[in-house]
Amino acid sequence: MQKILNDFPPDQKELIHVLHRVQAEFGYIPAEAVDAIARHLKISQGEIYGVMTFYKAFSLKPRGEHVVTICMGTACHVRGAPRILDEFSRELGVAPGETSPDNRFTLETVNCVGACALGPIAIVDGDYHGQVKTNQIESLVRSIQSPGKEPADK
Amino acid sequence: MKKLNPARLEALRSEIVSSRDPKRPCITICGGTGCHAYGCLKIADAFKQQLKQRGLHRKIDVRITGCHGFCERGPIVVIQPEGIFYQRIRMDNVADVIDKTVVNGEILPDLVYRDPETGKSVTKEADVPFYSLQKRVIFANNGYLDPTEIRDYIALGGYRAASKALLEMRPEAVIEEIKASGLRGRGGGGFPTGRKWEICRDVPGDAKYLICNADEGDPGAYMDRSLLEGNPHSVIEGLVIGAFAIGAREAYIYVRMEYPLAVKNVTVALDQTRELGLLGTNILDSGMDFDIHVFKGAGAFVSGEETSLMASIEGRRAFPRQRPPFPAESGLWGRPTNINNVETWANVPLIIDKGAGWYSRIGTRGSKGTKIFSLVGKINNTGLVEVPMGISLREIIFDIGGGIKDGKKFKAVQTGGPSGGCIPAEHLDSPIDFDTLNKAGSIMGSGGMIVMDEDNCMVDVARYFLKFTQEESCGKCVPCRVGTRQMVDILTRITQGEGKPGDIEELEELAETVRQGSLCGLGQTSPNPVLTTLRYFRKEYEDHILRQSCPAKACKDLIVYFIDEDKCIGCGLCSKNCPVGAVSGERKKAHVIDQAACIKCGACLDVCPPKVGAISRYTGRKRKSILKQAEAKRVSK
Repeated sequence: MQKILNDFPPDQKELIHVLHRVQAEFGYIPAEAVDAIARHLKISQGEIYGVMTFYKAFSLKPRGEHVVTICMGTACHVRGAPRILDEFSRELGVAPGETSPDNRFTLETVNCVGACALGPIAIVDGDYHGQVKTNQIESLVRSIQSPGKEPADK
Repeated sequence: MKKLNPARLEALRSEIVSSRDPKRPCITICGGTGCHAYGCLKIADAFKQQLKQRGLHRKIDVRITGCHGFCERGPIVVIQPEGIFYQRIRMDNVADVIDKTVVNGEILPDLVYRDPETGKSVTKEADVPFYSLQKRVIFANNGYLDPTEIRDYIALGGYRAASKALLEMRPEAVIEEIKASGLRGRGGGGFPTGRKWEICRDVPGDAKYLICNADEGDPGAYMDRSLLEGNPHSVIEGLVIGAFAIGAREAYIYVRMEYPLAVKNVTVALDQTRELGLLGTNILDSGMDFDIHVFKGAGAFVSGEETSLMASIEGRRAFPRQRPPFPAESGLWGRPTNINNVETWANVPLIIDKGAGWYSRIGTRGSKGTKIFSLVGKINNTGLVEVPMGISLREIIFDIGGGIKDGKKFKAVQTGGPSGGCIPAEHLDSPIDFDTLNKAGSIMGSGGMIVMDEDNCMVDVARYFLKFTQEESCGKCVPCRVGTRQMVDILTRITQGEGKPGDIEELEELAETVRQGSLCGLGQTSPNPVLTTLRYFRKEYEDHILRQSCPAKACKDLIVYFIDEDKCIGCGLCSKNCPVGAVSGERKKAHVIDQAACIKCGACLDVCPPKVGAISRYTGRKRKSILKQAEAKRVSK
């Protein structure tokens, strides 16, 4: 943690940059990190929690091993994204925005990834799956559950 | 590398141009985010590898370029110098493209664009109707340059405008030129850019900031990202010219975190610019010092609002604040700040290079130049289109966009994102500029254009946008925080069939309160999607409320899926694909949907073969009678 902080001058304007780094490093912002950041930037922990909870980029809890992100942009919405989200949520047994109790899956939504031609889009661990249909989701989810097997229709 | 001055810049340009053989074949691969998602990097690697295997890698170039804009047809490959346009390239096409087209000049008929209407093949990129009907000025070079290679930009005339401004013009003259061009802000507001610069220049103070707003948050809009990813130097050059005109020493490019490739390409471009002395101290030997930082956003729609954006750069929550004072007087850290959107900055070098006279000949009386729109939704040719202001919606949607997907009927086009509105068919012929869109109840916004067909429910769309603004409301002021929530609640009830008489009037009243009482643009404009859909599609609201009917058959709670016994051939596809086992029936006999178990995911309808067409959705009275019958059957069993 100290190593990360050493890269930043002690100034409030660095806060969002620091949080990005910590989030990238740990996958979330641990409580101890908040304490260290507060002391380094000479601002209150309350200020940091305020910023952390304001922006979607930062998470207070660790995210799952696999992250499924569903684009909820307008183009995806008019092409049926809500149905896709429902189906992923049902197949994974995880509500949108939540992580499964065994920490294996996180299901998230995003406002738009700007790949509208491919809508509706599901991003599974960084891989884009375009023009997803509800009946493909089961095999997609299975391919995450048992890695090594590529989904039938990517 | 020796720092450039104007003479050295020109020398470098001629050196690059003369070192390049214009006849040398080059396989260009679109590297926009759409094509990335389709896997263009793997295809580029395959080209490189196979050229090497054939010993051709020193004779034929491979270049990953900026976005070509025709995302529908990605991954896109264009073979230069002939400009042969190949679309939807797969890994197994790579060998043929090299052996047949690049080496032998043979055209591969399966890969060229075929006009869906006439069936005619189109070989050259420039002849594809999607491109030939556009006027690509800002996007002109995207397909020719590697965004991570400053030499490509310089070869195409890059930084000539900056050199002209910094060494041959006075700052006031630059501002006059921008004013004369008629350029208006492309972020949505449409404020005259030159005037904005002048105000900031006139405010005393020597520490001034520039900001490039690349927090493109409107869902369904991605032209700014494409510019930053595909031609970052055009934006950087715009900032350099702006800094000279306004007298700024530092700038921030605030990029949405959802755009990692844009962050990367801009960062690379800035490093190269600094190395050549086009940023930093004594730029081009002009005595001007100026530098640009990249700020990666953290995921908050409201940070696209200028005062929120500045709060975010300062390391705080992105809360908007009261204006005045405007950023020009008191912006970032209380200093005079000029903030423009990506596309606006990219216009600047063109105006300085080619002159305000050239620029102002494009467009309409009140809206000059071109505008990039992201044409998405239920449209055949999804992609980014750059057109002169004043073109009609019909030309964009039907001539360039190729009309509506699957032969469906056009219903509305949504412009301006969550702050905009839905424009119906009767306004298709009105020319697009800042003023006519306002008159139709919508706004130009940053340029998102979401096309909707008969299957899209306008109440659902209004609910979608309100839900969006409600979730993105920062919570600072009550009308926005509470008002949008109340509106979402009413709209949700309506889409669930629980609307009551008086809901529409209450929505209108709330809309007025939120519009008048909110502090920033996010709140003030948030009722627009509701107001425009009420204005043009009021009957759809009434159908939902009075008849529990969703004419578009989109609202889950107001529809049933039903199998027509006479049409069903008992193929079993629906029962196999139903995720909850709600479809049953013997093979080769008509199947039945258990209405109580159905979750209305639509999987059965998706797989029912079109020529059988046994499954339909029903709403309103028909839905009620189907549910009644199903219930009666269940009881009698």
